[in-house]
Amino acid sequence: MPEPFVKTTSRVISIPRANIDTDQICPARFLKITDKNGLADALFFDWRFTPDGQKRQPPSFIDEPVNAGRQILLVGDNFGAGSSREHAPWALRAWGVRAIVSTSFADIFGGNALKNALLPIVVSAERHAALQALAAANRDGEWTIDLEAQKVTLPDGDSFAIEIDPFARTMILAGTDEIGYVRSRLPAIEAWEAVHPARVDTLT
Amino acid sequence: MAEKPRTLFEKIWDDHVVASDPGAPAILAIDLHLVHEVTSPQAFTGLRERGLKVRKPGQTVATADHSIPTLDPSLPIADELAARQLRQIEENCREFGVPFHGKGSPTRGIVHVIGPELGLTQPGMTIVCGDSHTATHGAFGALAFGIGTSEIEMVLATQTLLQRKPKTFQVRIDGRLGPGVGAKDIILALIARIGIGGGTGHVIEYTGDAIRALSMEERMTVCNMTIEGGARAGLIAPDETTFAYLRGRKFAPQGATWDEAVARWRTLPTDEGATYDRTITIDGDALEPMVTYGTNPGMGIGVTGRIPSAADVDPADREELERALAYMGLEAGKSIAGQKLDVVFIGSCTNGRIEDMRAAASVLKGHHVAPGLRVLVVPGSQQVKKQAEREGLDSVFRAAGAEWRESGCSMCIAMNGDQLEPGQYGISTSNRNFQGRQGKGGRTFLASPLTAAASAVTGVITDPRTLLGVAPKSAAVSRPTTVEAH
Repeated sequence: MPEPFVKTTSRVISIPRANIDTDQICPARFLKITDKNGLADALFFDWRFTPDGQKRQPPSFIDEPVNAGRQILLVGDNFGAGSSREHAPWALRAWGVRAIVSTSFADIFGGNALKNALLPIVVSAERHAALQALAAANRDGEWTIDLEAQKVTLPDGDSFAIEIDPFARTMILAGTDEIGYVRSRLPAIEAWEAVHPARVDTLT
Repeated sequence: MAEKPRTLFEKIWDDHVVASDPGAPAILAIDLHLVHEVTSPQAFTGLRERGLKVRKPGQTVATADHSIPTLDPSLPIADELAARQLRQIEENCREFGVPFHGKGSPTRGIVHVIGPELGLTQPGMTIVCGDSHTATHGAFGALAFGIGTSEIEMVLATQTLLQRKPKTFQVRIDGRLGPGVGAKDIILALIARIGIGGGTGHVIEYTGDAIRALSMEERMTVCNMTIEGGARAGLIAPDETTFAYLRGRKFAPQGATWDEAVARWRTLPTDEGATYDRTITIDGDALEPMVTYGTNPGMGIGVTGRIPSAADVDPADREELERALAYMGLEAGKSIAGQKLDVVFIGSCTNGRIEDMRAAASVLKGHHVAPGLRVLVVPGSQQVKKQAEREGLDSVFRAAGAEWRESGCSMCIAMNGDQLEPGQYGISTSNRNFQGRQGKGGRTFLASPLTAAASAVTGVITDPRTLLGVAPKSAAVSRPTTVEAH
């Protein structure tokens, strides 16, 4: 179960690419695990290493020495397209990423990210362009992502409001997940089931 | 007072909302949960840690498809990690009482192939699976979508999911497809039009004459790749074709229950006067066989088309196009037909059903695959395999020089040893051409079974109509015409 998360201050890794799919974030051959361990090394693996295992030169985004330890990604449209693998947000979290800023996220990825207290932060195309210019001009500026205040503060002190699904926000701030809430509603579920018999029985 | 007209999606949604608390997403009841070995182990571990059981094992079914080898099943599994994952699903299913169609079972197969063929997938249901291609089951008029592992744990523990209501998107395919043009071409053309994020936040309903004319297998191909256009679910209203497919299948309703079920299913189609948040129309008459040239499923063109150059795309997309062509080693402006191939893969949850096997065999019959080409035919399930063998399709494939395998996801996701080597070019009937998807450094062209089989004969990307002896309806059209409306 995730730890509570309220806010973070970090420098930013800018990856100005659109449609970064989950096969780039965490290639499928790393999905053979039966736990969640070891995925930090899998993150963006094929961008970082040649097919014969050599580290690419110049190093890929997260391997640039200045980017070590940075917790915020600034990426192009439709981040997380493709598969439903939760290994993608697990790999990002394992590497240390806490928030991703984009104009849009793939539906399944966005939901998976929130369940792992990884914040998908959606901004307008206009603001995204301004943030990319800022990240390029001031690579070492620190941004603060404040989930509680739903606000991003930039190095020059400017800030803007962000929206995170209010239910997910409550869960992340409390460091809990949704199963407890849904189980508290079991009477309603049972009442529904009493008038909606199961459509199939896979045990027959 | 008459009820407000509703879409197919809205009817299924309304029927499954258990509770809708202020500020919280709806609690949505799940009728069927499909489970496989790759995305479930951590969810079972979570249950164990919480001391919970699988709440409805009778609404859950598991199989092994992603990491399972497609070679001789009597051989030990060489990849220790895959072997452990396969042992784990078996143990988890035994411990939690979930029915498991595993190695050696005649009903094992790709999760999205076995659900329908067992009759588990039925109209009006909510169906989830830890796999984005769960959209496949929407072909039956079910609300079916992929979920992550945390959500798998939620469904195992509660048989419900928390969901925000998506918007609706009608995709109408008018007209009649020309010979050699099929379901795969419809969906590749749609994604080429809307882009891989075009359906985000929406559930698609496919309508129109060209959709109505499709078989269930073809409808599944269309719905399967809905996620490649960014929409989690794609639905087709149930009709006589649906009922005929389902009747008599193992888990389909029987006897008097069948008649009741059909009567209920007939109420599902979208009401006259219901509206969608968005609609586009595609002219089915103008479609031609499609093939992708780039590194996402939206980078598709007609097989008679030319690889786009920077001038053909939106300035914002130029860098992505150039990066894709560099990875693919392709030249802008060149014809896609004639591109050399190393491997042909026919299979997957997109095109691994019996009709896909028949289509590929119809082209390969009496031919031999091009010299030096590796052709892998992988049925979507053991039942598909058996049926194909009953029809002698395996002999057609073997005689043509193709490999005929056990069922599984195989080279679609390259987790089981079936993969492209770095730099190799493969034409594939699967669903994703992302960088490295079919093997590190591998380069994928997505296409229909007919196009893949025709290309297997020649060794280069080939318009299947040239081998089928049919004239293209209109060679010039490579982009569908669309109308945006609200």
